[in-house]
Amino acid sequence: MTTPREFKYVGTRPIRHDGVDKVTGRASYGADVVWPGMLHGFVLRSPHAHARIVSIDTRAAEATPGVKAVLTGKDLPETTATIALGEAAIDLRDVGDNMLARTKVLYHGHAVAAVAATTIDIAREAAEKIQVVYEVLEPVTGIDRAIAADAPILHPALRTKGAASPGAAGPTNIASRLEFKRGDVDAAFAEADVVVEREFRTPMVHQGYIEPHACIARCGEDGRAVVWCTTQGPFVVRDACAAIAGLDPAHVKVIPSEIGGGFGGKIVVYLEPMAIALSRKAQRPVKMVMGRDEVFRATGPTSGSRVRVKLGAKRDGTLVAATASLWYEAGAYRGSPVGAGAMCALAAYKIPSFFIEAHDVVVNKPKVAAYRAPGSPIAAFAVESVVDEIARELKMDPIELRLKNANAEGDKAPYGPKYGPIGLKQILEAARNHPHWTSPLAANQGRGIAVGFWFNAGMNSSATVILDTDGSAAVVTGNPDIGGTRAAQAIMVAEELGIPVERVRPGVGDTDGSGYTDLTGGSRVCYATGMAVIRAAEDVRDQLKARAAQIWNVAVDAVGWENGRAIPPAGTEKAEAMTVAGLAAKMAHTGGPIVGRASLYAPMAGPAFGAHICDLEVDSETGQSKVVRYTVFQDVGRAVHPGYVEGQMQGGAAQGIGWALNEEYIYDADGVMENAGFLDYRMPVASDLPMIDTVIIEVPNPLHPYGVRGVGEVPIVPPLAAVANAMRDATGIRFTELPLSPPRVLEAIEAASAVSVGA
Amino acid sequence: MNGMLAIRYETPQSVGEAVRLMAADPDARVLAGGTDLLVQFRAGVRQPSAFVDVKRIPELMSITIDGQGLRLGAATAAAVIGEHVELRTLWPGLVEAVQLIGSTQIQGRGSVGGNLCNASPAADTTCALIVNRADCVIAGPGGERTVPVEEFCIAPGRTVLQRGELLIALRLPRPAARTSDAYLRLIPRSEMDIAVVGAAVSVTLDANGVCRSARVAIGAVAPTALLVPEAAKALVGSSLDAASLKRAAEAASTAARPIGDKRGTAGYRRTVAGVLTRRAAAIAAGRARRK
Repeated sequence: MTTPREFKYVGTRPIRHDGVDKVTGRASYGADVVWPGMLHGFVLRSPHAHARIVSIDTRAAEATPGVKAVLTGKDLPETTATIALGEAAIDLRDVGDNMLARTKVLYHGHAVAAVAATTIDIAREAAEKIQVVYEVLEPVTGIDRAIAADAPILHPALRTKGAASPGAAGPTNIASRLEFKRGDVDAAFAEADVVVEREFRTPMVHQGYIEPHACIARCGEDGRAVVWCTTQGPFVVRDACAAIAGLDPAHVKVIPSEIGGGFGGKIVVYLEPMAIALSRKAQRPVKMVMGRDEVFRATGPTSGSRVRVKLGAKRDGTLVAATASLWYEAGAYRGSPVGAGAMCALAAYKIPSFFIEAHDVVVNKPKVAAYRAPGSPIAAFAVESVVDEIARELKMDPIELRLKNANAEGDKAPYGPKYGPIGLKQILEAARNHPHWTSPLAANQGRGIAVGFWFNAGMNSSATVILDTDGSAAVVTGNPDIGGTRAAQAIMVAEELGIPVERVRPGVGDTDGSGYTDLTGGSRVCYATGMAVIRAAEDVRDQLKARAAQIWNVAVDAVGWENGRAIPPAGTEKAEAMTVAGLAAKMAHTGGPIVGRASLYAPMAGPAFGAHICDLEVDSETGQSKVVRYTVFQDVGRAVHPGYVEGQMQGGAAQGIGWALNEEYIYDADGVMENAGFLDYRMPVASDLPMIDTVIIEVPNPLHPYGVRGVGEVPIVPPLAAVANAMRDATGIRFTELPLSPPRVLEAIEAASAVSVGA
Repeated sequence: MNGMLAIRYETPQSVGEAVRLMAADPDARVLAGGTDLLVQFRAGVRQPSAFVDVKRIPELMSITIDGQGLRLGAATAAAVIGEHVELRTLWPGLVEAVQLIGSTQIQGRGSVGGNLCNASPAADTTCALIVNRADCVIAGPGGERTVPVEEFCIAPGRTVLQRGELLIALRLPRPAARTSDAYLRLIPRSEMDIAVVGAAVSVTLDANGVCRSARVAIGAVAPTALLVPEAAKALVGSSLDAASLKRAAEAASTAARPIGDKRGTAGYRRTVAGVLTRRAAAIAAGRARRK
């Protein structure tokens, strides 16, 4: 084993480079720019959850003074293009149809037309003059209805893809079905001493990013377009815009703004191709900004779900068998994260025999988008709740039960590959040894624990490091910074070159100014793009060594490098070690500017686990609950900037707690969302939560030079079950449906006490 | 639409001037803190022809406490009320209701008069005003009139205010000895939310700790906040022991006529109206005993 590397900057907590601009309001977000001659775009949306578009008459809108362009689905070409995205793919036909309906509207709020005018009020007024004739159809508002024999069909051409269940050959709302299996499940359950089976339900929830979707676009007579927008993936936007608006990708440039939260929801395009098409018609720039109700109704939340889990264990706690049946809502078009949910469901445990089936179901709700570890929290809610029940049946400590069955290096993951070094046992041991686990609980309080898993992603990344004559450096990548990645990249450059972090300028390039880079997502930026940054900095260092060799007139191989200085070979006459600044000052005379670059495809990543302990206090008379203590344990591989790592762990926990306690899409019988605003879509506010404690565990990922694994997604996986397990501990009631809102909790408490009084 | 209209912004310096402006234009709206009105305006719910900003009228921005009681200017900001030591001592329940509204920023703008005139059945201050026997002082073209606060709101979003009238102050009688109040509300979050249920209680004790007088009001369980005399009756004559508090709770639950909606089922609201009434009565009793 090699000696662990000593770091100078990695592991420190410098102030983020973009921080002052953000806290002073100077940073420019999606809606913050104004271009000369700019028009304002407004989207007309469907008042029905499910209807056929019979006709659209835009004449009155077009005749309104101040209106410069009107757009409907017929104005755009139909594309069959896809964008590769890891193992998944974005189907741009669906994305285009979702952005602007062609023949059917598939959810309340589905866009049917757009207007660009000199003011937003004129655009809105004109949009209201557009006559749309609908043939209203019955809405399919949930999984149960979608899979009923007489269910209305959303897409007549849709057929179940994958391992079909018996009798499913014709039109269907089940877009896909897949299976994972190992061993003989029936025989294994027969050997189990304890079997627990439960069915769980969760509603659709939204990422809730603070900044609504916004963009400005211009498209000239030459068919060249420029888009400024808030996005996690400028290259995704470029390719999607080109395909949907019918342009050559070579003629589209996308400039990412600062981004006010994404969590996976700012990958798909909702406005940008429309803004381009409107601009092309009007020959003026068009700005489009969503309202919060549009964000809720017409962007991508994550799936509502129905999940059935059955686990069998021996008396000593050994898990021997598992089955899981997952049904996820995809929304209006196929593509829920149910596959990922199925792969993550049992990732923590060594279970010799299991059978998992996963169904992707279309319903008349918004098309789901990625949301932080897509699919995994829903699966973990079910599995970790059942694991908690097994521990109770066996009267076993829930951490000991998990440790007994925990996967470790060399074990085969349920989804296929063998695990490399993973930190699951380490985080469970850290949780067991933490004072939180053994601290006393007050009256009406309960404690729960759960673990969670996420793969993390690799994929394409590029980085450029530009050295200046004063010895400072800029680093440019194509990844919008949603989680503090600029600070991490500056630390990496500082580490490799030995220059202060404050003298590194980290930046986000546009699609013409940076090498191709896959989107910010999959917890991949600090890992994969970070690797490119390190290599680009090494490239600069190699060039500096060559310059030093030239100055000293020695062989390049003979030049050493220590603490940010080139070291001459021993005995070289009149040669002293040279700093980066010293070498940079001589660049012009030793061969010109120095730019380091690196591009790579990271085929794999470092999978990671987290464990969360939640203490919940429940008011048994009102059903109201409050998180009173919460601790997050996570294997992060290596924390490059521990402050932002902790922030990710806390942020994921906060979002997961909101999902567990109060967040939900509430629909009426017509499929209209009733709570499309932050007042009644109840995300937690700061005062709802205690300080969330964090414990960073570092089991280095051998695929990364520093050991980075990726951090951002794992922490949203355990909270749903951690909170529900705490609720079980506090009330004696196993809740199988989220959210654990006060009315639901009180109803269950009253029902339970009625039963006990009756008995 | 709003962007195409010229909207007037008026800044009357006196009640008379405000009344004239309001009487002259039925589509004008009184602007106090604006924390409801401007949000409704931006959302397109209300499209006034004029904002009549009453914050420059001294009578609407002042707090006076004398032997008779409190005169609270209708547009006085919540934060100013929260910092008023004597007001806090005499009407702790009212002040806690005022301070529950919105966030720190909202507290700096929002007013009790605005909260009342918005006429939401869930408004936090209404119940606390009702149990403290507040009167609404209304100025109009015909002069001033007063209306008991429990009669001020007549339906969600509707008040007794006629054309040209505005609420200028709230008058609360000075509490008798050994009197205090409390307000509780249930929201799923800890702030930035609207009451699913609210309950206010005021009690007056005699020297032996027996309740001689009580008022109970519940909110968000009917189209307007409800005064519940049956709940008060359960408290009067008792030492505010567990049994009488329980009877008051049952009376409040019985009086509640809630709807079920996205914020809570009807049954949930009815149950919690009782729970909060009981708890608020216990807090008010504790405060009164210490006086």
